[in-house]
Amino acid sequence: MSTTELKEKEVIRTKSTESLLSKRRKKILIDPLDDNNPVTIQVLGICSALAVTIKLEPTIVMSLSVVFVMIFSSLLTSLVRDYIPSRVRIIVQLAIIASLVTLVSEFLQAFNYEMYKVLGAFVGLIITNCIILGRLEAYAMANKPYDSVLDALGSSVGYAWIILTVAFFRELLGSGSVLGYKVFEMIGWPSFPTNGLFVDSIGAFIILGILIWIQRTNNGYIEN
Amino acid sequence: MTDLINLIIKSAFMDNMVFAYFLGMCSFLAVSKKVSTANGLGLAVIFVLTCTAPLNWLIQKHILVEGALVWISPKFSSIDLTFLQLLMFIAVIASFVQLVEMIIEKFSPTLYGSLGIFLPLIAVNCSILGGSLFMVQRDFNLSEATAFGFGSGFGFYLAIIALAAIREKLKYSHVPNGLKGLGITMLITGLMGLAFKTFIGMTL
Repeated sequence: MSTTELKEKEVIRTKSTESLLSKRRKKILIDPLDDNNPVTIQVLGICSALAVTIKLEPTIVMSLSVVFVMIFSSLLTSLVRDYIPSRVRIIVQLAIIASLVTLVSEFLQAFNYEMYKVLGAFVGLIITNCIILGRLEAYAMANKPYDSVLDALGSSVGYAWIILTVAFFRELLGSGSVLGYKVFEMIGWPSFPTNGLFVDSIGAFIILGILIWIQRTNNGYIEN
Repeated sequence: MTDLINLIIKSAFMDNMVFAYFLGMCSFLAVSKKVSTANGLGLAVIFVLTCTAPLNWLIQKHILVEGALVWISPKFSSIDLTFLQLLMFIAVIASFVQLVEMIIEKFSPTLYGSLGIFLPLIAVNCSILGGSLFMVQRDFNLSEATAFGFGSGFGFYLAIIALAAIREKLKYSHVPNGLKGLGITMLITGLMGLAFKTFIGMTL
């Protein structure tokens, strides 16, 4: 066996001994949740998300769909990354994402038609969620499948918790309920003044603005 | 004709892509630091949206819906290809964006340089795909689809120019550290949305 072959083997072995959740990988997973959050720090994926945050329930469905699409598109892109010519990579990535989103949309139509009607065109708009394409372009195109999946999981969960928080406050203040339960009637305050502004898009902008403020003050991130 | 003009005004002001549906927010927030870049992106969006909406309408009507393929052979009357809708639409949009990118690179290298990464990202600008999907959802005909595409693009253009102008002035004001950049922009967008709400109910 020649020395180069030996060296190659060694390289592979040292890489495979890295534990499934080493420090580096934990960082990939945890970072997007707070310090490098895709929504509040990187300004991505605000498009398709805010429109569904009027009520908590469609938001949960939306987050799950995004997590699903994100993980599998990262995995697939990462697996075929060496075979994609760089000139057509955007179209290839979009084709992968679009196929997965079609899967989600057909699944919703079959098993939860009511929810499909509520979400409407916004299921299709997961394709254009910039977080997904952004992560594919920036991470999955250059990294191993397992790392890419971790990165995708981190980013999509980081996105999910932000839109769930926004949806919680919009439903609470706009409709006076949480997941459809009239909480204010339960605690004996049926005259709680609901604010129509929060049902409207304006409320979402303002809640997200305040959320960004709190989060950035918390982790000390300052944008120039 | 007045119907079409009405539709353009309605989609530009009352149903503004950004303020009413949150579409195209990514590029709206990220490319609105300077009026000149915002102008370039806005014009590109108008162009792509006006062209892709009727193009996707033709695809939807003549290829995708059930029985649309009869023009090839009567045998195909039971074929329903709507599940390919998303893929077809995004393919049309992505190729169109590629075209615009090539045109801008050729004729205005400065604009090309300043738009940078956001040019390919027009492909994932939600307002473009959203325009096509809304057009299908609302059952427009061809001329209505074109008018809707143009109106939505124009609405996006107005919104991004206005925001860029505000942000240029904002440089001289003292904003709390955590609110700098995206935070204050979100709040401004909310207030601008409030202003756009005053157009509700306007008809010609």
